[in-house]
Amino acid sequence: MAGLEDLYREIILDHYRNPRNRGELEAPPAHRVEGFNPLCGDEIVVYLEVGDDGRIADIKIGGQGCSISQSSASMMSAAVKGKTVAEARELTRAFKALMTIHESRLDGGGDGSGTDTPTPDPEVKLGDLEALQGVVKFPVRIKCATLSWNTLSQGLDEAAADATA
Amino acid sequence: MALDVATVRKDFPIYEARKPFVFLDSAASSQKPRAVIDAMTAYYETSHANVHRGVYGLAEEATALYEGARARVARFVNAPQAKEILFSKNVTESLNLVAQSWGRAHLGPGDAIVLTEMEHHANIVPWQILQAQIGFEIRWIPVTPDGKLDLSDLDRLLDGAKLLSFTGVSNVLGTINPVRQLTDAAHAAGALAVVDGAQYTPHVATDVQALGADLFAFTGHKMLGPTGIGVLWGNEALLESMPPFLGGGGMIRDVRKDGFLPDELPHKFEAGTPPIAEAVGLAVACDELDRYDMGEVRAHEVAVTGYALDTLRERFAGDVVVHGPADPASRGGVLSFTFKDLHPHDVTQVLDEHGVCVRAGHHCAKPLMRCLEVGAVVRASFYIYNDEADVDALADALQRCAEFFG
Repeated sequence: MAGLEDLYREIILDHYRNPRNRGELEAPPAHRVEGFNPLCGDEIVVYLEVGDDGRIADIKIGGQGCSISQSSASMMSAAVKGKTVAEARELTRAFKALMTIHESRLDGGGDGSGTDTPTPDPEVKLGDLEALQGVVKFPVRIKCATLSWNTLSQGLDEAAADATA
Repeated sequence: MALDVATVRKDFPIYEARKPFVFLDSAASSQKPRAVIDAMTAYYETSHANVHRGVYGLAEEATALYEGARARVARFVNAPQAKEILFSKNVTESLNLVAQSWGRAHLGPGDAIVLTEMEHHANIVPWQILQAQIGFEIRWIPVTPDGKLDLSDLDRLLDGAKLLSFTGVSNVLGTINPVRQLTDAAHAAGALAVVDGAQYTPHVATDVQALGADLFAFTGHKMLGPTGIGVLWGNEALLESMPPFLGGGGMIRDVRKDGFLPDELPHKFEAGTPPIAEAVGLAVACDELDRYDMGEVRAHEVAVTGYALDTLRERFAGDVVVHGPADPASRGGVLSFTFKDLHPHDVTQVLDEHGVCVRAGHHCAKPLMRCLEVGAVVRASFYIYNDEADVDALADALQRCAEFFG
């Protein structure tokens, strides 16, 4: 049986207690996207500013949630800040693959295991984010970990739609 | 005679299968006694056929069991007639039936209905769906800081309203609402009174006539019965006046290309093959609850809840903030709380590690969560098989949780 230490790694608790990039950005010009975890009531707000050079110039996180969703959001913000949109999407895919492989193995399918199941790219370095790997042993908490990433994806889509409008 | 928990647990096979077992989530769904499980198994092994169809002996036997269950459930809530008991899937479906049948027939733009801020989503969203379809006003009875309904402005809220729908017992706060006062107030204003009894009937002796409701919904799986069966009670005249909800087999007298004639009560509201084995199980659950005695069930719950309130206060003082009324006699066996600045999800994860099953989240009551200004709470709930040792296990696990997160 997976122990609590697998779930609550020290780096996760550090991001929970000292969240990075916490705050708000003026929207517009920034994009403001809300994400909800209907299971537990967690709400997250991602503020996203994409520069003309296609890089994520700034990102801020608002809302409230459990240690897993908050630390995942904190790590996500630190990981994608300064990256290009393409790199951020690549990172999102890699992170969700980390969660999805196990999700499909654990519950014999579940959501997201259909044809669009992301495949992990060994070239993408997840760094600290790999600490969240322990979450997959606690299937109910996977949605906590992916909440901020799904919200980021939505924000990137909106930013892209705006840029082409 | 007071309930003896050790004896009660012998009736529940899960206490034999899982040890240790500290189950504090009966407000979500109760455990099942052997008598209920055995009755459903026996039904499938010896008496199953579809009901109301065949003329062969077995089908008649199944029909007699199903209709007998209806009569048993009617007796459990003191309904005047068995045909006033409609079987549904759960309280959610019962309340959707009320909204789509009664609501669609009686509400229109310019009308108003009244709900409360402490409703479960099951008594909010069906009305919002209907509101989006036909348009009417939804008014809200507010909740006081100590978790009761604020009735100071009730007359104004009910003025001109066509319906008042409210929960008998809050699934988050545990608050036992003054049902009779509210049904009387609704009737004085000329409004229909609908009660969500999901958390009421499993814990408080239910007399639908004394409560004065027009429609009363409850569910099997929270009262020792199986999942997949809910109930809506309404008086005959009202149910007769309501159009069918779901259409299909079993609910019609005749069908032609240009229309249909609905069947009589209760069949008019039971389209398709009903939950037959579940009805059999629910009838036995009523037997079991009557055997334990609903007065004793309630007294036991007050005692355990009181012990829990005292224990949490003594051991954690201000670190545990309990929502809802302070007096155990004015609340059901539901205890929602927050612990230090820890997120309920994290608290329940650690509690689970120590074998304590509690629920974390918004408990399908997001408007109430916003009133309480919390995103989520931890909820422990008690039933006949819980005792003081379960409360101590909860408190011990909370202590470990505080140590873990430092």
